[in-house]
Amino acid sequence: MLKYTFRRVLVAIPTLLILIIISFLLMHAAPGGPFTSERPLPPQVLANIEAKYGLDNPLYVQLWEYMRGIVIEFDFGPSFQRKDRTVNEIMAQGFPITFTYGGLSFVAATLIGGTLGIVAAIRQNTIIDYFAVGVSIGAQVLPNFVMAPLLVWLFTLTLGWLPGGGWNGGAWQNLIMPVIALSTSYMASISRITRSSMLEVLNSNYIRTARAKGLPERTVILRHALKPSLVPLISYLGVAFVGMITGSVVIDIYFSTGGMGQAFVNSALNRDYSVMMGITILVGALTIVFALLADLLYAWVDPKIRY
Amino acid sequence: MKKFTTTLAAGLLGATFLTSAAFSATVQAGDTLAVDQTFTYRILDEFSSVDPQIVEDVDGADVVRDLFEGLMNQDADGNLIPGVATGFTTNDEKNVYIFTLRKDAKWSNGEPVTANDFVYAWRRLVDPATASPYSWFGELMSIEGAGPILAGEAAIDTLGLTAVDDYTLEVRLTASLPYFPLMTTHSSTFPAPQAVIEEFGDQWTKPENIVSNGAYVLTEHIPSERSVRERNPMYWNNDETIIEKVVTLVINDDNTALTRYLAGELDRTEIPSGQYPRLAEEYPEQALSFPKLCSYYYSFNLSENGPESFKDVRVRQALSYALDRSIITDKVLQGGQFQAYTFTPGATAGFEVPSVPYAEMTQEERDAAAVQLLNDAGYGADNPLSFNMLYNTSDGHKKIAIAMSQMWKQKLGVEIELANQEWKTFLETRGNQDFELARGAWCGDYNEASTFLDLLTSQSGYNDGKFANEEIDALMQEAKTLTDATANYTRVEEILAEEMPIIPIYHYTAVYMLNDKVKNWPIQNVEQNWYSRDLYIAE
Repeated sequence: MLKYTFRRVLVAIPTLLILIIISFLLMHAAPGGPFTSERPLPPQVLANIEAKYGLDNPLYVQLWEYMRGIVIEFDFGPSFQRKDRTVNEIMAQGFPITFTYGGLSFVAATLIGGTLGIVAAIRQNTIIDYFAVGVSIGAQVLPNFVMAPLLVWLFTLTLGWLPGGGWNGGAWQNLIMPVIALSTSYMASISRITRSSMLEVLNSNYIRTARAKGLPERTVILRHALKPSLVPLISYLGVAFVGMITGSVVIDIYFSTGGMGQAFVNSALNRDYSVMMGITILVGALTIVFALLADLLYAWVDPKIRY
Repeated sequence: MKKFTTTLAAGLLGATFLTSAAFSATVQAGDTLAVDQTFTYRILDEFSSVDPQIVEDVDGADVVRDLFEGLMNQDADGNLIPGVATGFTTNDEKNVYIFTLRKDAKWSNGEPVTANDFVYAWRRLVDPATASPYSWFGELMSIEGAGPILAGEAAIDTLGLTAVDDYTLEVRLTASLPYFPLMTTHSSTFPAPQAVIEEFGDQWTKPENIVSNGAYVLTEHIPSERSVRERNPMYWNNDETIIEKVVTLVINDDNTALTRYLAGELDRTEIPSGQYPRLAEEYPEQALSFPKLCSYYYSFNLSENGPESFKDVRVRQALSYALDRSIITDKVLQGGQFQAYTFTPGATAGFEVPSVPYAEMTQEERDAAAVQLLNDAGYGADNPLSFNMLYNTSDGHKKIAIAMSQMWKQKLGVEIELANQEWKTFLETRGNQDFELARGAWCGDYNEASTFLDLLTSQSGYNDGKFANEEIDALMQEAKTLTDATANYTRVEEILAEEMPIIPIYHYTAVYMLNDKVKNWPIQNVEQNWYSRDLYIAE
């Protein structure tokens, strides 16, 4: 197990490196630059600015300097757009926000979706099953960009209960709508995955054996069925978790939360190279870490993989 | 010795006496002040900076005007009124200006604001080391030495301004510039606190470090979410300021912002395109539309890369004539925008819209003339004119481009291919003359016609269509030295109507929802240079 983990970590490093190099090159290949504006700067002014940010160096020198900054000082450079902010500061501000509402959404989606899926499977083809399936299909067909305005219409404009957006230091009133909007479609997927894998397990031979031995239904489900039915869910959750905690553009823009999704899109549109790179690396690293964790968890749950 | 004559700003713009008290929040009769004097408004995007010499966007400049105060301010009508300077004098050639600074102006840390603070700030603006995106403004102001300093060929202390004493600032220009004082209302000319900047470097604009001389100080700033500015007790006119706190909220989406406005979370927001008529009917006291110093137009590519067909003036005229601008303003935009037949908006100070011939015709006459012109140029059913039209990706621009291409197709049988590009890509493509007909928009940097017409001189860096006309170059050059250049501007617009290097489409309006409890909003100020210290919230 330790060896397996070690090997996976070793592979992660070149993966991240390749991600950085490709993103860096693609980014610079896009037309325009951070200082392209509607009012083109006089060449001399542009040259001054580019010199200040080292953009006048050849690309490989820029890449080298950039990597050196990250590795040696953990410095992701200054933002080209916001002169008084560094990328580290932007991420330090945006990440906790996305992590908070993304993490809560993850917990909500997993608990509600998982429960719905299990209950639906146990009570297959009953009214409970139809209800659970109905809810998850409903949640699936309502994407968050439809959900968000509906929630605002209901809770802000009609009922006047919740603020229509903003972060406000993460007050619960500001969290409710983003969490609902972000978690519903994940919840739907989780409930469908749980239901179908639970059904598969419940119909397998060893469960039949367990039942034939006269074990109480509770023991059959909690001790024998639950763990193996989680296997397909785990690999989904690893990816979903990263997707949720690194931010949703729709949620950030619609609820003006100030999270990373918004920062990422704006940095791409503004060609704020350093911010774009910083967030890419952060998301890339998190994806690699959680994919690894999911795999390890997988191995723990399913002995077939371990041995 | 040079002879100086006193010039009041009134002489330039017609109304105000500099010796009068500064504009301040004057409460209208019958209004009682609300207990909570907080003004909260929406901005589309995080502003670029609150550093006066670095800021480059309108939202940022709005904040900077609250935090800092320059030599001169504008009143509700856009007229010049005293700021840190109580007045100025100039010589006959109008190339030397001497500003007298008030003695009670202070920084928020209690230090006096002196002429040296302006010397430092203006040098900082043009210093290549600052790398200010607005450093060209120093050159535009024609300050002696700005060009060579920008190019790195001269030391920054060669800039043509001197602090004669703590309260007297002398500025020397390379050209006669009668409207120079107007330019000192621009945020890039505001003073900067040298000691603070030297202590904190790039970090000086953070709330915990910043020192400013305006009516407000920055107390909170969470980028991409909110910023808060509160009263500066050291401000010389603090006693006459009413608004206690100003909050900006970053809301990227127009419709979300409107929802939050309607939910009472905001006092001001922009109206999404096409929604003005509905909102004006539902909230007549709150939906506002007023002229703004901006023009929307399309440029013909007249460079070597441009299509042959556009080099024929008859083709350019035909396309411009056949465009029914009323459909675009009244049916597509519906925000009270003005149809444009000239480049310079009619709202520009001292500019009278000349009666160019094609503006006087009816649309039927224009359509008939267009068909004739295009036929004469050799295009018709058997040889249709075709070109492609480029705009930057946006729903609003798309609607207009579709309307335009439909009109041309129906009236002239022209074949048009529409293309859109994401903003930065679009700028690059247009700047490289890699287009045939491309969208353009321009907002005045100051309230004078040259801020528009300079764009079409052959030397202008913003002349993307590469139109060149010697007479226009000469007229604009001469205009800089004239006290009244109206005749020159009229002539330039006439040439433009004849040569049609661009198709003017409409002049912008600012379309806002503004809480009717917020008073004194300067709707008459076409530059929309507003100051929170002039506003108040009524009960």
